[in-house]
Amino acid sequence: MAKTKIPGARAVIESLYNEGVEVIFGYPGGTVLPLYDELYDADIRHILVRHEQAAAHAADGYARATGKVGVCLATSGPGATNLVTGIATAYMDSVPVVAITGQVPSTLIGNDAFQEANITGITLPVTKHNYLIQDANDIPRVFKEAFYIAGTGRPGPVLIDIPKDIQTDLIEFEYPEEVALRGYKPKAAGNEQQVKRAASLIMDSDRPIFYVGGGIIISEASKELLSLAETLKAPVTTTLMGMGAFPSSHPLSVGMPGMHGTKYANFAIQESDLIIAVGVRFDDRVTGKISAFAPNAKIIHIDIDPAEIGKNVRVDLPIVGDAKNVLKSLLNHVKDGKTRTGEWNKKIGVWKKETPLTYRKDELLRPQYVVEQLNAVCPDAIIATEVGQNQMWAAQFFDFKTPRTFISSGGLGTMGYGFPAGMGAKVGKPDSTVIVVAGDGSFQMNSQELSTVVQNDIPVIVAILNNGFLGMVRQWQELFFDRRYSETCMQNCVDFVKLAEAYGALGLRAAKKGEVRHVIEEAVKSGRPTVIDFVVEREENVSPMVPAGAAINEILELE
Amino acid sequence: MKHTLAILVENKPGVLTRVAGLFSRRAFNIESLAVGVTEKPDTSRMTIVVSGDEHVFEQVMKQLNKLIDVIKVSEIPGSDAVNRELALIKVGVDSSTRAEVMQIVTVFRAKIVDVGIKSLVIEITGDEDKINAMEQLLRHFGIKEMVRTGKIAINRGAKTVKVGK
Repeated sequence: MAKTKIPGARAVIESLYNEGVEVIFGYPGGTVLPLYDELYDADIRHILVRHEQAAAHAADGYARATGKVGVCLATSGPGATNLVTGIATAYMDSVPVVAITGQVPSTLIGNDAFQEANITGITLPVTKHNYLIQDANDIPRVFKEAFYIAGTGRPGPVLIDIPKDIQTDLIEFEYPEEVALRGYKPKAAGNEQQVKRAASLIMDSDRPIFYVGGGIIISEASKELLSLAETLKAPVTTTLMGMGAFPSSHPLSVGMPGMHGTKYANFAIQESDLIIAVGVRFDDRVTGKISAFAPNAKIIHIDIDPAEIGKNVRVDLPIVGDAKNVLKSLLNHVKDGKTRTGEWNKKIGVWKKETPLTYRKDELLRPQYVVEQLNAVCPDAIIATEVGQNQMWAAQFFDFKTPRTFISSGGLGTMGYGFPAGMGAKVGKPDSTVIVVAGDGSFQMNSQELSTVVQNDIPVIVAILNNGFLGMVRQWQELFFDRRYSETCMQNCVDFVKLAEAYGALGLRAAKKGEVRHVIEEAVKSGRPTVIDFVVEREENVSPMVPAGAAINEILELE
Repeated sequence: MKHTLAILVENKPGVLTRVAGLFSRRAFNIESLAVGVTEKPDTSRMTIVVSGDEHVFEQVMKQLNKLIDVIKVSEIPGSDAVNRELALIKVGVDSSTRAEVMQIVTVFRAKIVDVGIKSLVIEITGDEDKINAMEQLLRHFGIKEMVRTGKIAINRGAKTVKVGK
């Protein structure tokens, strides 16, 4: 007996059920009408955003907070192109997202039809893979593959473009059990011989340091990292993407490396004799001048993506594999070894004491103080950030204890990311307090989502560190362009309290130190979407700072 | 330094764009490219010649391997392999030069595939050097038009580039 046939759009919904999708962030339009008609009755929550870019960022934030694949949906043409910044953001930070777009009917493709854009062509360089479905019978296979590709190996965004006629074509639906991809077989376990060699390099070193990043969080290897670091008594520096991978208050933690990292993390890298790099990619913001990076160190590089190994720095010992697996087997090989890191840790201890992360603690309201107070009131919050000074202060002054609690656009540096990503994180983790640390500039890039969080009752707290400047650009202008503040001033352009109220959210303001704690507590207590306007010192700088292109031990201490 | 790559890919639309897009995005330079179906209808083989130092070449291999539609990437060594290109060359001739051109064609073991009053079309296959040498000689008579394919290459002996299990 023939199976009942269902339309392509229904097959999409069935595929999403099969993948366990609970929520979609999306925005309807002409070419996704059949899909939205099916969604009307579907058992999947749909969050209607106010701009497709926010849908992509929200799916990304949801994925980073939960570890699941995030899903966003948009119509063809402008809907699809509006997703692109969000897709590129997810690609740079290896975030599993499936983006579904409508496309003009198959017969019109290539005719410059209304709302037609070649979105598979446009997203080619910013997706892990993408599909244009040309036969409705391919829907189940393509969805199975897309979720598999997005979520495994080095994760990343996958886009599926579905012409409108394909959404109404009838097919017999059967969801495949397995994927059959000849060209995609991610390698999970590290080469055992290489792991052994790594273990002996580690036991032979006097000044080892772990340099870890987002890979630890993605592979959920924090526990293994902690055991390994404690067994070896080796210091750990955590990149921006790795915040939370290792508790930042742990005695072995030396904080963040690189441009705005701690002095002691940078000193430790420069003086180490062995760098154990795990799930990192030696970004230029971390390494500074590459020829002067860690001049005395051998480098062990553990990564699931072989293309990252040897891309930016020469590596003495590569291990391709999943961080959790590799660290686990590494732990077996070093368990009983005696390390000689005593002197090294003493030295680092002195650096920590002599060059702590700090700021001027006077009567003025400084942005770092706001972050410290957020930490004091909500120590277990998920922090989503915008990009710029706010992002660096959040990374420097919030105490991250567990993975998936710091959500930030590291690679692409997308302003306007934090608020919608925080919204996605809150949808995925409704029981966590989610705070968006924002700048007044970044927030205005996607502030329309206040409408979304109010309509869908997603109580995130937006903490705007409002200095009336595009602060990070202003800081560079101050330091390198003779204080000529070209187009970076935005003072008194918007009343954020009134803006919040206009959308039906709670608006609060603090302009003095004494008011900070109170407004944070009020925001938490309200349980409502809240915007807090922290009117902070206008020309505060992020410090310390390694100028672009300098070696990471050539550090500026800024007022 | 030039390297010849044999790349087995899924035989479906858009794959060439993905490969070519990767080369341009990562600023790798393609010297020559040829694509055709293999002994298996679902698999195509691209032969790409890239120039660049060892570091660049390593990155090319690794980045190609990351493409989902790329099944296998192998290097074809300069020696111990058969390398071939094909060229069609239209040479202007008259009664006084025709015989001489035909002699050159014989020496190179090429073929004349079209004869006109004022021109000959010559088909030649061989490695790059052979075709370059022929081209040099024919320039003397006046090349009116020339088309060359990208290089294709295959290992000598039992060694094969095949989709694994």
